Amino acid sequence: MSVETKFKPRFDPTDPIFRWVSFGAATTLLVVLASLIGTLIVGGWPALSEYGFGFFLKFKECPVGNNSWFCIDTPWNPVTDVYSATAPILGTIITSALALLFALPIAIGIAVFLTQFCPRQIAQPLSTAVELLAGIPSIVYGMWGLFVFAPWFAKTIQTPLIIAASQDPTSWFAKMVAGIPNGANLFTASLVLAIMILPYMAAVFRELFRSIPPQVREAAFGVGATPFEVTTSVIIPYVQKGMIGVVMLGLGRALGETMAVTFIIGNSHKFPKSLFDSSSTLASTIANEFAEAADLHRSALIALGLVLFLITFTVLAIARWLLSSQRY
Amino acid sequence: MDRALRRKIANYVFIGLCIFGTVIALGALALILWSLFSQGIGGMNPLIFTMDTPAAGSPGGLRNAIVGSILMCGVAMIIALFIGVLAGTWLAEIGGDTPYGHVVRFLNDVLLSAPSILIGLFVYQVLVSGSPIALGHFSGWAGAVALAILATPIVTRTTEDILNLQPNALREAGMALGASQFTTIRQIIWKAAGAGLLTGGLLGFARISGETAPLLFTALGNQFFTANLGEAMESLPHAMYNFALTPYEDLNKLAWAGALLVAAAVLGVNILGRWLARDKNAGH
Repeated sequence: MSVETKFKPRFDPTDPIFRWVSFGAATTLLVVLASLIGTLIVGGWPALSEYGFGFFLKFKECPVGNNSWFCIDTPWNPVTDVYSATAPILGTIITSALALLFALPIAIGIAVFLTQFCPRQIAQPLSTAVELLAGIPSIVYGMWGLFVFAPWFAKTIQTPLIIAASQDPTSWFAKMVAGIPNGANLFTASLVLAIMILPYMAAVFRELFRSIPPQVREAAFGVGATPFEVTTSVIIPYVQKGMIGVVMLGLGRALGETMAVTFIIGNSHKFPKSLFDSSSTLASTIANEFAEAADLHRSALIALGLVLFLITFTVLAIARWLLSSQRY
Repeated sequence: MDRALRRKIANYVFIGLCIFGTVIALGALALILWSLFSQGIGGMNPLIFTMDTPAAGSPGGLRNAIVGSILMCGVAMIIALFIGVLAGTWLAEIGGDTPYGHVVRFLNDVLLSAPSILIGLFVYQVLVSGSPIALGHFSGWAGAVALAILATPIVTRTTEDILNLQPNALREAGMALGASQFTTIRQIIWKAAGAGLLTGGLLGFARISGETAPLLFTALGNQFFTANLGEAMESLPHAMYNFALTPYEDLNKLAWAGALLVAAAVLGVNILGRWLARDKNAGH
C-alpha cells in the first residue's frame, strides 16, 4: 500500500537519501540470494565438470539375475575421490515424501478440528500451543529422535517385525523391513521429520481455513449440511489452491531440514533397499562431511548444496505462486 | 440404513478422526517436551553457567557456548534489524508495487524458507575460505553473518506486514503538517508500528537462536572461552550437536541441558513477541 501520489510531500533533502538507503537494504536481499546461487555454482563446478552427468546417475555392471533397478551405482568415496549424488537425492526425496504422507492428514485434521469443532475456550490455547511448537529448534527434535525414539523403535517395532519377517525371508514384507535394528533408518528419520513439520503445517492450514469468510460456512450449514459435508464440500474446495501451497511449503521444509535428520538417518551412501535401511539426505551429507572435506570432496558437497537449492527453490516457487493470494 | 443416519455416522467418524489426529500429534509433541524437560533438568546446575565445555569425564558447563550464542545472535540481530526494517519499509512505503518490488518480495520469501545449511555453505565460501574477502579461518563473524541472513527475511516480512496495517490517514496526517516522507515514516509510522517491529525482531531472534546447521562450518565451535568474534566460536546448538553424538553419558547430559536452555529461550522469546503483539494484530 503506497501513499497516493497526489499527497506528495514537499521536497526534503533527507528523503532521497532515505529512499536510496532503504532501496539499498532491499537490494541487499537480492544480492545475497544471487551470490548464494553464484557461490554454489562456482564451488560445485569442479565436481560437476569432473563427473558430468555421472554425478547424478551412474550404472554399474549388473550381477546376472539381479533386478536391474539395483544396478544404479552410488559411490561416495573420499579416498578414491569418486562421488555420486544419487543416494542423497533419493534419501532426501523418500524421507520428505514419507514425512509429508504422515504429517499431511494429521495436520489437516488438527486444523479442521481447531477451526470447526473445537470449543472456543480450548481452541485458542491449543492454537497457540501448536504455533509455539512450530518454533522449537529442529535440533531438539533430532536429539529426541536419537536418544528416545530410535532406541524405542528398534526395540519395540523393528526387532519384532524382523523376527516376524524371518519366517519367510523372500517375501515382499521381509524385504521392506530388512535392516540393522538400531533405529537409525529412512523410516524413523521420516517419522521425526513428520513430527517436526506437523505443528508448522497445522498452524498454516489453520490460518488458511480461518481466512474463509464465515458466510460461506454459514450458508452451507444453512442448507442443512453436516460439519463433515461442510468441510469436505465447501471449506476444502474453497481453499484448494492454498492447501497445495501449504503442502509445498511443508515439503520445502522437509527437503532442507538438516539437524532432525542427520542424527537419525544412519548416513550411508548406498541405494536404499528397504524402508528400514540406513540412508542419507543432501543436507545431512553436507552437515556431516563438509567441515573435514577438501578439494574435490568439498566441491562435490557444494554441488549437493546446489542440487538441494534447485529442488527447494522449485518447490517454494510453486508454493508461493499457489499462495500468492494469501501471504504466509 | 436411511440417508440421514448415514450422514450422521459419517460426520461423527470424521469428527472422531480429527480429534484422534489432534490427540496423536499433541501427544507426540508432549512426549518430546517431556523428555526434553526430564532429561534436561538432570543436567541443570550452576556449573553450566560458570564452566566451559569439558572433555569427556571431567566436569564442565556450557559457559563458552552460551556466551558465543548470545554474541553471535546479538550481532546477527543488529545486522538483521538494520537491513530488515529498512527493506521492509521500502517494500511497504516506497517501491513495493513496482516490478522490482515484486521481485524483491519474492526473493525475500525464497530466502525466508531456504534450507539453513545452504546459508552456511554460502557464508563459508564468502567469509571463511575461497573468496577475496575471506578471513581464511572459521570465525564468530562468519557465524553471525550466517545467522543474520536467516533473520533478515523474517524481519523484512514482518516489517512490511506491520507497516501495511498502519492506516493511510497516519501518512496523510504527517504530510498535511508539511513533514517529509522520511520524517513521516520515522516519527509517525515507525512509532505507531513499534510493538509490531519489535515482534518481528523477536521472531527472528527465536528462529536463529536454535539454528545449528549454518554454524557448523562458519563459527565451527571452540572448546575454550572466547569473546572475540574473530576467532572460532562455540554456540549452544553446536555444542549440543557435538555432545549428543558422543558416546559419553556426561556429555549427553550436557547436550540435554543445552537443549532445555535453547528451547526455553526460544519459547520465552516467542511468547514475549506474541504478548507484545497481542492486540496489534501483528499479522501472525
